[in-house]
Amino acid sequence: MKRLVPFPLLALALFVMWVLLTGFSPGHILLGAVVALLVSRVMLTLKAEPPRIRFSMAIVRLAMLVLADIIRSNVAVARIVLFRPAGQRSGFIEFPTELRDPQALAALAIIITATPGTLWLQHDAQRHLVLIHVLDLVDEAEWIALIKTRYERLLMEIFV
Amino acid sequence: MIQAPDLPLWAAIAVGFLVLLGASITLIGALGLLRLRNFYERIHPPTLGSTLGTGCILIASMICFSTLHSRPMVHEVLIAIFVTLTTPITLMLLARAALYRDRSEGSAGVPQDLESVSASDIQQFAPDQP
Amino acid sequence: MSTLFLALAITAAQILLAFAMGCAAFRILRGPRAQDRVLGMDALYLAGMLLLLTYGIQTGRTLFFEGALVIGLLGFAGTVALAKFLMRGEVIE
Repeated sequence: MKRLVPFPLLALALFVMWVLLTGFSPGHILLGAVVALLVSRVMLTLKAEPPRIRFSMAIVRLAMLVLADIIRSNVAVARIVLFRPAGQRSGFIEFPTELRDPQALAALAIIITATPGTLWLQHDAQRHLVLIHVLDLVDEAEWIALIKTRYERLLMEIFV
Repeated sequence: MIQAPDLPLWAAIAVGFLVLLGASITLIGALGLLRLRNFYERIHPPTLGSTLGTGCILIASMICFSTLHSRPMVHEVLIAIFVTLTTPITLMLLARAALYRDRSEGSAGVPQDLESVSASDIQQFAPDQP
Repeated sequence: MSTLFLALAITAAQILLAFAMGCAAFRILRGPRAQDRVLGMDALYLAGMLLLLTYGIQTGRTLFFEGALVIGLLGFAGTVALAKFLMRGEVIE
């Protein structure tokens, strides 16, 4: 099984994409399965490490949290753009991360950048520092604590 | 060209509201491109359009086509996944390119390289050109 | 009645998205630096994709969906290539 489908999640994603793009018909479901199995083997030549994900409620909790935060920070950024509050200033913060797994770091990068108002700029692999630009920077320590307690803890639970 | 598909009332209200909301959020994001002061501030607002703006319009499209064809049609999820995965990559690359350009010009207000150790090493050990 | 409301809402949304494209186009023309222009182009692609989706809702045809997907792909590839170019001075090393 492991030899036949080395990347089951990727194969599943490709299959779902194929079926969604072409519509539900038996022929396309069969063709989609063949394409998913063959194309996901391409990743073998990249010698990518298969992700070590622990499936638990933490994934659902993280997804809900990110969704709520995206909506909340949309409102916050819209307020800054429309009304330009006087005390608003932006700046860079250096976030000391405890994540070591590259895939967990990639997930954190996507979460931080997809949330309006924060932008992931650079990751220093030697000192484990991440450079983040924040649009509404009030207190640097507060932002670091926020990212640590909200996302990093859940990500450490998900990626073993 | 005022035209619209023939939808039941609840779907029409939901689709109309979501489309308007999504378009307004995208417009606010684009206004941010004009109103904010420097590049690193301006790179934040377009995320508004690519998260909630796209989300609202895609949900509206899903409701519209599902009621029109009277079966669930969720192929818009593809665009949602695609946009969520690609926007961070483009913004990150663009911000890093801007940071690199600002650093190489020695602009003020830009943090120094996190890996400044390697840069000073290169300076130290580079043989002097005769 | 509901059709008229929906038609007006979609047309208003299209006008708003056209304004958003105008803002992005202004940022492309104005600059001041190259990265601002690339950022404006990214926003322009995104607003264009959303405009195409609203046309899809308006006409009830799924053809526009595929167009929107292609625009999204091209916007991603174009912005990544330009950002790479700004960083390195060439796209493929």
